[in-house]
Amino acid sequence: MAVPKKTVTKEAGQENGKEKGQQKGFGAPPEFTKAQELAALRDMLLIRRFEEKAGQLYGMGAIGGFCHLYIGQEAIVVGMQMALKKGDQVITGYRDHGHMLACGMEAKGVMAELTGRQGGYSKGKGGSMHMFSKEQNFYGGHGIVGAQVSLGTGLAFANRYRGNDFVSLAYFGDGASNQGQVYESFNMAELWKLPVIYIIENNRYAMGTSVTRSSAQTDFSKRGISFNIPGEQVDGMDVRAVKAAGDKAVAHCRAGKGPFILEMQTYRYRGHSMSDPAKYRTREEVEKVRHDQDPIEQVRNRLLAAKVTEQELKAIDAEVREIVNESADFAQRDPEPDASELWTDVYR
Amino acid sequence: MPIQVLMPALSPTMEKGNLAKWLKKEGETIKSGDVIAEIETDKATMEVEATDEGTLGKILIPEGTNDVAVNTPIATILADGESAADLGKAAAPAPAPSVAKEVEESRSPVGEGKPMISAPKATAAPAAVAEPDPEVPEGTEMISQTIREALRDAMAEEMRRDPDVFIMGEEVAEYQGAYKVTQGLLQEFGAKRVIDTPITEHGFAGVGVGAAMSGLKPIVEFMTFNFAMQAIDQIINSAAKTLYMSGGQMGCSIVFRGPNGAASRVAAQHSQDYSAWYSQIPGLKVVAPFSAADYKGLLKAAIRDPNPVIFLENEMLYGHTGEVPKLDDYVIPIGKARIVRSGSHVTLISWSNGMSYALKAADELAKEGIEAEVIDLRTLRPMDTDTIIASVKKTGRAVTVEEGWQQSGVGAEIAARIMEHAFDYLDAPVARVSGKDVPMPYAANLEKLALPNVAEVVAAAKAVSYR
Repeated sequence: MAVPKKTVTKEAGQENGKEKGQQKGFGAPPEFTKAQELAALRDMLLIRRFEEKAGQLYGMGAIGGFCHLYIGQEAIVVGMQMALKKGDQVITGYRDHGHMLACGMEAKGVMAELTGRQGGYSKGKGGSMHMFSKEQNFYGGHGIVGAQVSLGTGLAFANRYRGNDFVSLAYFGDGASNQGQVYESFNMAELWKLPVIYIIENNRYAMGTSVTRSSAQTDFSKRGISFNIPGEQVDGMDVRAVKAAGDKAVAHCRAGKGPFILEMQTYRYRGHSMSDPAKYRTREEVEKVRHDQDPIEQVRNRLLAAKVTEQELKAIDAEVREIVNESADFAQRDPEPDASELWTDVYR
Repeated sequence: MPIQVLMPALSPTMEKGNLAKWLKKEGETIKSGDVIAEIETDKATMEVEATDEGTLGKILIPEGTNDVAVNTPIATILADGESAADLGKAAAPAPAPSVAKEVEESRSPVGEGKPMISAPKATAAPAAVAEPDPEVPEGTEMISQTIREALRDAMAEEMRRDPDVFIMGEEVAEYQGAYKVTQGLLQEFGAKRVIDTPITEHGFAGVGVGAAMSGLKPIVEFMTFNFAMQAIDQIINSAAKTLYMSGGQMGCSIVFRGPNGAASRVAAQHSQDYSAWYSQIPGLKVVAPFSAADYKGLLKAAIRDPNPVIFLENEMLYGHTGEVPKLDDYVIPIGKARIVRSGSHVTLISWSNGMSYALKAADELAKEGIEAEVIDLRTLRPMDTDTIIASVKKTGRAVTVEEGWQQSGVGAEIAARIMEHAFDYLDAPVARVSGKDVPMPYAANLEKLALPNVAEVVAAAKAVSYR
């Protein structure tokens, strides 16, 4: 994939002249084809509708424990996935449902895991934060903040060891960016030129603590500077910008040049988890992002401007809703794991 | 059909809440994601977002209503083309299944079919069946090797056998190992497979686990297990639990090895025994051998094992020499204890360097006519309970010997198992000899006092024998 000509990202160290930790103007990203726009719309809608349904099921008590929704951040996983090839690996933290769907994991299996049923990806034993798919090269789903960064670096180590050209994507948030093992991993990744893309999903809040209250350096693309890892800030609300940045980072990794950092500037509309009272930000702030920057509306508006009919878009809506509704039905109908499952999968 | 909006639960423990405010009126258009109402609980005020699109048909619970039970219909939403006339037909989303579950009594896999005090309702854990040691054919040449050499040979043999096996850790390559355990490996296998890491235990443990998740078989050396405390999150939360959390899809074949426990005069931070820590974790196997042959055969088994294995070595033993069978492939199954010395009067149970006290004590006891049976556990998890119980049924008396602390220690676990499975055979309470309940002191005399010694084991064996 060619590196885009237009500037859609900012290299680490470039001043953006805006308030710390805030989104700011990026150049226009390369255009998508109509087919790409439609595919991106469909994949982002699937994640959004899925997450809305998960929130609803949580409200009904069908999903227990923690449930961290990805609503608002959909453009990141969808755009990055468009830059990958089969065999590349993905690993992330606990806000992971969107990553799984983007990797091609089935909505039914993910939803059934959320409800703790036998048909879930982990037979109901992992839950929202712990799902995996060897088939789709999705390596979890990790509940300990920052742990996936070392693990993802290990996936890249294995690629290098085997001499293949696969790339591993380690997603983490602005909160995890302050964990020590992230920097231990950065050091080894650059030292050994490992093909790993560190994707920092900066949604501005580590649980309830804003980046300006938690981070001395709020330009996360600079976090690799002392290890000589290049980094860029990306408009994570524009799926085209995400894909363009992804193409560039993937090319860097595949060429054996070592790791790359992408700071995706994004926003989560929902609380940190379902039991978040949202006292740390205003409703106006949420509404403004939703109104001005929504990743799905951006694509929808571009498609309408390009003379795609409402009818076509409604068909996508309907298809996505059907998948989500089916997954919710399945997830409530499917039985809980057999009691014998208590003792399986401890050892192999 | 119109859709019912139900009173949501905002946390798994919420049963009811107050409907504080409606933000949409009947007849208003609603989009998915719109905030339609506010709900108060004793903890917080939360927003209710619509998950369906349409028109707010009817508000069923007016604002200001207190103590609305979770899952009560609070409003109906009309889809495109529906009118108020359709309201009677509203379909509620299926209510959640009752969260309350029968708490089933279950027990740990220790039982292995032995009688239990209360009948469990959950299916019993599968019993771990330990395999016997491989036959060493008569006439097999034995070679005299230090434990350090036995470990190196085990790794070298496995690396020759399987290209997915590699070793990483601090000073394992060019320095030839901080304790010279990896001597010569870099020269034979090259820098790709013998990897010096930065001093970054948490990070390289995670890198090792990630590589293992993708199918490689790393040997991660910790310069000492004292430093592995920095990495223990990756060992337990990532390595030990992933197979279970993934429903069996993704496991982790990895060995974490290095010296454990007290060395000599290195004081508190470098002299801790982690046997009990790791042996508590389901998903890990924990091996702690004593003899050179066991070090070799068990390390080979650990490297081949598809599960994460904690391989606890002892710095004081690295230079000890023992007889190792000269066989092409000497692999000792994990999980089987060994009776090192037979006796009928008292059972001494130990592992790793604890065995040196136990064996010397057995010699002393023999001089006084007490024949001790000495069991080298070799593996702490899964623990070979059968061998312990069979011996205690014979002798009626048991003493555990460990360098670690007593509280929640491995000796405490052994004593509990003996009580569970051989209580009626005991002629005396089980005695424990252990490290003293203090951080390891530096002064030579105090360090000696802090560790167990032969005299303590002899005294304990006599005490349980009422002699």
